[in-house]
Formats: sequence, structure tokens, C-alpha cells
Amino acid sequence: MIQLTEEQKKRRRSRSIAIAWILGALVVLFFVVTIVRLGGNVANRPY
Amino acid sequence: MSDSSLNISQSGFDAAPTVSEGGVGDYIALMKPRVMSLVVFTGFAGLVAAPGSMHPVLALAALICIAVGAGASGALNMWYDADIDSKMRRTAGRPIPRGKITPEEALTFGAILGVGSVVCMGLLVNWLSAGLLALTIGFYLFVYTMWLKRRTPQNIVIGGVAGALPPMIGWAAASGTVSLESFVLFLIIFLWTPPHFWALALNRARDYERVGVPMLPVVAGADATRRQILIYSVLLAPVGLLPAFIGLGGMLYGVTAGLLGALFLVFAGLVYTRREGKAGERAAQQLFSFSILYLLLLFAVLLVEQAFGGVLAWTT
Repeated sequence: MIQLTEEQKKRRRSRSIAIAWILGALVVLFFVVTIVRLGGNVANRPY
Repeated sequence: MSDSSLNISQSGFDAAPTVSEGGVGDYIALMKPRVMSLVVFTGFAGLVAAPGSMHPVLALAALICIAVGAGASGALNMWYDADIDSKMRRTAGRPIPRGKITPEEALTFGAILGVGSVVCMGLLVNWLSAGLLALTIGFYLFVYTMWLKRRTPQNIVIGGVAGALPPMIGWAAASGTVSLESFVLFLIIFLWTPPHFWALALNRARDYERVGVPMLPVVAGADATRRQILIYSVLLAPVGLLPAFIGLGGMLYGVTAGLLGALFLVFAGLVYTRREGKAGERAAQQLFSFSILYLLLLFAVLLVEQAFGGVLAWTT
């Protein structure tokens, strides 16, 4: 069992937060680009 | 069970697992943010200068991909060069030599960023720009870092292809093609690279010699390097003017490129004539600093002209 020091825990937490932000930003980016690429066709989809 | 196998087994259990020591700042440093900013800037200039229009969201996506691709190149370069980075003053403070990030972590990080940036560029923008981005990362890692850097004094001349490609990537992202205009932007950075790096190498020759990197001042000497700097500067100055003659830049660009080119020649001339002691070192340092300003201003004027010339027509 590894005991992390406080400094190591702090760094791991900051890395995890950064990864979460990056993943969130990627999801938003892909969503927005999809909407942009579809353009007006979003509203004109068949029902 | 024999004693030896018991020892191996015990040492296997006793070996402490690696705990990652790197903070977010170390990973940012691994991506060479200063190089990245210049790459993004020249890529942006290519994107804006390209014909046609591009939605701002797609342009932002393209720039993010270029930035991440540049970061991947930096990380992979630091992974491969970790052995010599630790022995050079300029690079000893990088995350791997400081023990903050292991080479394996840098390799994994760089590989994920590299593949991720290319795939995202292809999916979000177009596959031509993705292909050029892959070529840039691959050229920087395999051709420059792994093959040329430790073998030939022409390392940064040929390796300069990687640094010169970003405007072409931006151009391809915006227009879906590559053209003569984008090749001219490529050529400017390609010819700018040797005097820029050799000016730096003149004052770092001992460092390079110690780690066995055959930079031109180490292999051919300082005087031959100064001559080569002057030759490339003489080539660069007129090529810097070319955008004004092919319709890519206007009057403002032409005047600025002329003045900057003349100044570049003055600084290169000072490097050529001032060869001894502190004056020689200062001349090389001044050319190195000015070369960065030269490229920034040249592409900034191109951007300003495009923005105020009505060419920058964002549409959905």
C-alpha cells in the first residue's frame, strides 16, 4: 500500500481536475462543432 | 526454490511503485508553451490569409488542434532527448531532467496528444489539415529529433520543415487546399529557421559539443556559421517580401517586410563582423531576439491587413 505525501495528493488532485476540465471542454467542442456543421438543417429535420 | 529466484521475487515485491510527481505546470512545460504560441500564431495567420470563409468555432477547433499537436511534438521531443537535456544549461530545468515527469509519462502524454490532435482535426475540420498536422508531428519526431539532430549540422535546416508547416495547416483548415500562397508562408519560416537557431547555437556551442549534438558552430566552427547565417538572411529578406507580390499582402505588408528584412540583414551583418568576445556574443543574442520579433511582426501585419481589408468574412 502506497502512502502518498500531502504534496503528491495535491498534485494528483490538480491533475485530475485538469483532465476533467479538458474532457468537459472536448465534449462541448464536439457538440458545438456538430451544431455548426449541421447548421440550419437542425431545424429542418423530418418528423 | 533457489536462492537467486527468491531474491528476484523479493526484489520484485520490494521495488516501490512509481508515484507520479508531475503537477499540471510540469505537463504544460512539457508542451513547450513558447514554441507552441509561435506555432499557433503562424497557423492562425495561414488560416486567416486563406481564401474563403470559416466559421469561428471551426477556426477555434483548428487552432486548438494545431496547439495540441505542437504540444505533442514538444513532449515527444523531450522524451527522446531526456538524456542530453539533463546535461545542457538551457534544458536542464525541463520537467524530465528535474525528475518531475518520467520519460515514459512524457511518451504516453505526447503520443495521446499527437494522435488525439490529428483525429480531432480530421473529424472537426478536414482530413487534409489533419494529414499535414500528422506530417508535422511525425517530421519533428522521426526526421528531426530521432534521425537528424544528432547526426548532421543540417539538422535544423531540414528539421525546419516541421516548424514551417503550421501556416500551411491553417491554410488547409480554412480552404481545404494548399496553394502557392501557403507555400510562400512555409518558405518564409523555412528560411528564417537556420539564422534563428544558429544565432542561438553560436553562444551555446560548448553545451552542444559536450552532449555530442553536431550543431553547425560545433562541426564547422563559428566563422562558417556566421557566413551561413548571412547567406540565409540574404535569402530570407526578399522571400519575406514575396507575399506583397502575389497578392497575399498589401502595401503595409510590403513596407513592413522591407524594413524588417533590412533590419534582419543589419543584425546578421553585425553577427558576421563582430566575432570576438562579448561583442560577438551580444550580436548573436540580438539577432536571435530580433528574429523572433521579425516573424511575429511579419505575420501580425499579414493578419491586420486581412482583418481590415474585408477579407476576413466569417460566415456560418
